[in-house]
Amino acid sequence: MSIIDRSQHPPAIYPDYKSSLLRGPKQSEIELSDLYKGSNNSPALETTGALLNKFSASELDRDLTRNATRGGMPLGERIVVSGKVTDQWGKPVRGALIEIWQANASGRYAHKVDNHDAPLDPNFQGAGHCITDNDGAYRFYTIKPGAYPWQNHPNAWRPQHIHFSVIGNCLGSRLVTQMYFPGDPLLDWDPIFQSVPKPAAPRLISHLDLGITEPDFALGYHFDIALAGSLVTPADDPEQHR
Amino acid sequence: MSDSVSHPQTPSQTTPQTPSQTIGPYYAIGLTNSNAHIEHQGAVSNKIAGDGESIEITGKVFDGNGDAVSDAMIEIFQADCNGRTDATDFLGLARSETGESEDHSFHFETIKPGALSADEAPYISVIVYLRGLLLQTYTRIYFSDEMTANDKDPVFSQLPASRRDTLIATRHSTEQGLYQFDIHMQGERETLFFKV
Repeated sequence: MSIIDRSQHPPAIYPDYKSSLLRGPKQSEIELSDLYKGSNNSPALETTGALLNKFSASELDRDLTRNATRGGMPLGERIVVSGKVTDQWGKPVRGALIEIWQANASGRYAHKVDNHDAPLDPNFQGAGHCITDNDGAYRFYTIKPGAYPWQNHPNAWRPQHIHFSVIGNCLGSRLVTQMYFPGDPLLDWDPIFQSVPKPAAPRLISHLDLGITEPDFALGYHFDIALAGSLVTPADDPEQHR
Repeated sequence: MSDSVSHPQTPSQTTPQTPSQTIGPYYAIGLTNSNAHIEHQGAVSNKIAGDGESIEITGKVFDGNGDAVSDAMIEIFQADCNGRTDATDFLGLARSETGESEDHSFHFETIKPGALSADEAPYISVIVYLRGLLLQTYTRIYFSDEMTANDKDPVFSQLPASRRDTLIATRHSTEQGLYQFDIHMQGERETLFFKV
C-alpha cells in the first residue's frame, strides 16, 4: 500500500509534455511496502517521520517583494499567497518547510539558463521560503508572475504559476507542484497542467480570497495543500481503521 | 476560516493529495542556491554533518538517449552513523543538482550511515526530480563495500537480481570515501525505482 495516491498525480510519461518522453521511468516501479511485509525490519526511511520542525525562516524569507531588493521595489502586482498544509486526512502539518520560486511580472526567471527576451527585475529574485505554523498555515508576499513562452509546441505559453516545494513529515510526503491562478485561459492548452487527472486538477488552481486580501495593499490568493500520508505506525495506520 | 479540524476515529482520505507537477528547469533559484542572478540562501544544502566516516557521493542522471541531464535535482535522506534518524542534532536530508558542474554531476558530502538494525544493510533514500518528470521518483543507495550485508538484507535480497546493481554506489578504488552513483531514467540500465 503506497502512501502516495497515484490517482491524484500525473503519470510518469504524458506524451503531450514532450520532455516526459525520455525522462519518465518506463519499467514498473516496485511497491516498497510489499518488501517489508512479514519482515522485522525497521520502518523504511521513506516513511520515517523526521523532517518537521527542522528548518527555520525569517519574516524576510517569506516576503519576495522585499527579500532581494536593490534600492527599489519589484515591478508588478503585489499579492498575498496563503493557505494551509494538511495531510490527506485533513490534519494540519505543523513545522513544514515550504519553498517557492517563480518568474517575475514580465515572465522571466532570475535563472542564468532562462534566456526569454523579457526583462529581469533588479529588485526581484522570485524565491522564498517559510515554515507552517501551529494550524499548518503559511503566508507569502510576492508579485503575480507573468506568463512566458516555451518550446513544447507552437505558441506554447506557460500559464501564470508559482512553483511550490513542501517538506512534510517524511520523504513520502514530499511534494513539488505548481500553483495556478483562477480564470487563466492558458490552462486549457498547458500539457503540464493537463497531465493531472481531471478530478484532481482544479486543486492546483488558487482562488481569490478577500479574507486574506490586505486592503489597499495586495489581493490575496488562497492555496491549500494536502500532503501524502503521515508517519505510518501500527498505532495510526489508516489501513487498520478501514 | 474555521481553525478546528475534526479527527474522526475512522480516517478517510478527506483531503485528497495535492497533485504533483514537474520541478521545471529553474528550481535552482529557489531550492539549491545556484544559477541565480541574485544570491539566495537555500534552506537545504548538499552536506550532512555528523559523526562517523566522511564520504562523498557523486553521479549523473541519464535520460532515455543516454545524455546526462543538466536540470535534475537529487535529494537524499539517511540515518546517522548509529542508524538513527531521531537524534535532535542530526538532520539526514540534503539536496544537490546537476546544473552547476560542467559535466552535470550532482555531489554530496555526508557521512556513512549506520544500518537501522542488525539484520539490515545501511542505505540512503534518494528522490529524483527533473524537468520532464511530473511526479518525483524514489530509489535507494546501497554500498559496494557492504555486499555481504546487502545480500542478507531482507529488502535488498527480494529485489530482482538483474536490477539490484542499479542501487549500488561504487566505492572508488583510490579516492578516499568517494562513491559513484549514476541514475538511469530509462533504457537497459534503468534504475530500479520504488513506489512509496
